Amino acid sequence: MSDAVLTITELNKSFGGLQVIDDVSFDVARGSRTALIGPNGAGKTTVFNLLTGVYPIDDGRTVLDGVDVTNIPAKDRVIAGMSRSFQNIRLMPHLSTVENVMLGQHARARGLAQQLFPLGLLRRNRWAEEARAALEQAGLDTYPGQVVADLPYGIQKRIEVVRAMVANPKILLLDEPAAGLNSEETEELQLLLRQINDRGTTLLVVEHDMHFVRTLCQQVVVLNFGKKIFEGTPDEVHRDPAVKQAYLGTDSTAPEEAGNAA
Amino acid sequence: MGGEIEGLLVILCLNTIYAYGIFLPAASGQLNLGAAGFITLGAYAAAWLNMSPDSEPGGLGLPMVLSIPSAVLFAAAVGFVISVPILRTRGVYMVLATFAFAEVVSGLVINLEFVGAAAGMPAEDHVDFTGLLIITICVVAFCYYLMSTRFGLAMRSVHDDESVATLFGVNVRATRVAAFTIGAAIVGLGGALYGHHFNYVEAQGFNVLLSIFILLYVLLGGTQTAWGPLVGAAFFTFIPETIRWLGRWVGGEFGKELIEYRLVAFGIIIVMMMVLRPEGVVTRTLLERVFTLRRRAAPAAAE
Ligand SMILES: Nc1ncnc2c1ncn2[C@@H]1O[C@H](COP(=O)(O)OP(=O)(O)OP(=O)(O)O)[C@@H](O)[C@H]1O
Ligand SMILES: [Mg+2]
Repeated sequence: MSDAVLTITELNKSFGGLQVIDDVSFDVARGSRTALIGPNGAGKTTVFNLLTGVYPIDDGRTVLDGVDVTNIPAKDRVIAGMSRSFQNIRLMPHLSTVENVMLGQHARARGLAQQLFPLGLLRRNRWAEEARAALEQAGLDTYPGQVVADLPYGIQKRIEVVRAMVANPKILLLDEPAAGLNSEETEELQLLLRQINDRGTTLLVVEHDMHFVRTLCQQVVVLNFGKKIFEGTPDEVHRDPAVKQAYLGTDSTAPEEAGNAA
Repeated sequence: MGGEIEGLLVILCLNTIYAYGIFLPAASGQLNLGAAGFITLGAYAAAWLNMSPDSEPGGLGLPMVLSIPSAVLFAAAVGFVISVPILRTRGVYMVLATFAFAEVVSGLVINLEFVGAAAGMPAEDHVDFTGLLIITICVVAFCYYLMSTRFGLAMRSVHDDESVATLFGVNVRATRVAAFTIGAAIVGLGGALYGHHFNYVEAQGFNVLLSIFILLYVLLGGTQTAWGPLVGAAFFTFIPETIRWLGRWVGGEFGKELIEYRLVAFGIIIVMMMVLRPEGVVTRTLLERVFTLRRRAAPAAAE
């Protein structure tokens, strides 16, 4: 494998005695599009929460582009180079679409002068223009000034991705970005993610839709009950007996049918 | 200008300044019921700094151009120091903590001989209505600017979802402390101007009822946009007067009763507003609608 942008080593986390992440180790190759899949409750979102510092980890190490980020404060991790979207939409409901995207730029706008720059007064400033351009690239340019709480689910879901994207991270963590999107929106999302990846951003994507995973990702990591049970290519994944067992054990569907059913 | 109207506008200016000082922390999700405390600090500091050393109870004899800014800095410094313990509290506990702070300030001031103790003290130099109006406009413009900056965006993000704000690199604690401190400075400015306009300061006048009303202006005006406090302060400054005027206009028994019961009517209006506009009168969505309507109306009118 080529060099890794993210290295996760023996990650452990338990919640009230329940071991939710159990000795998980994997690498995410620089510039790759990697999927993190697994049945419901496998611990995928928890991995993202541990990486981004939402919870402290019990044990293990995470190294981002050569920098140990295991114990740095959550607010500094986006500066270190990772940003994320959320499975349940976590946009700022009272901010407009453009303002939500400009929040994504926050880590890049350091220093007092940047903090006191009147983003909202000068319509033509580089931050706002960049945010609008990013929205346009995602096919969302019709709603810049609207308060996001008033927008439909599918739109909000994609604004999440744009907000995380404009942080210009080394690795973009996307938690079920295609969930709840119709097929046309999914297509657009797939295109956007490829464009982001073409600019050199590594993608780590949690997704239930196996068709989406197979067409987008080159590498797949499978979790089950907090343990890594598989790491390989999308073609290998549905032939793997342990993976089959994991999905059969829960809802008796192989991962690809599980995706189609969702 | 009629004295009555000017008197009302003076109150409006002061209420507006207080409201913006409470709005800044509120916009970042912090409820400050300690306005009276910061007003007291600003008013007394300005009065004492300004008063000539020869008169009773005596002061430093600084000119107003120095006494007012110094009073503002003093309120800001106190705000900064108390923000550290207070920002550890949340929700109703923060309301109570800020309320307790104001009570402490009032209790101290009433017992300090060198600022006149319970009798209060004069603030010698006079700020006239024009001066007050100009400063009020500056405060509104400053807050409007502040809310439009990236710092303002951080404040509003902290209000909406502090853990997500953190994940995008916002220093939640620093944002809160800054909002609270700048707010304290603005409320202190209002207090200093109160002192120099009425030329007398008395701690009993700055009581919890005042703090409650100021917080009400802010919450009912709306904390989502920088227009909220202005609308809230204007609304609540004029409503009691409007009811009085309405009573006189209607006349007769009913008119008299309306005037007598105007506090009841005022209370009912407050409750109704909370029910009808739970997020405040001015919301983002409202502004967005108004502006889109105007944009749509403009080309139509041109045809
Ligand atoms: N904060 C928490 N406190 C207690 N338990 C938690 C917490 N967060 C997650 N868990 C538990 O950890 C396990 C893994 O949850 P997680 O959300 O990571 O799963 P997931 O793989 O993302 O599932 P899904 O596909 O449903 O999103 C679940 O059993 C969940 O109940
Ligand atoms: Mg999940």
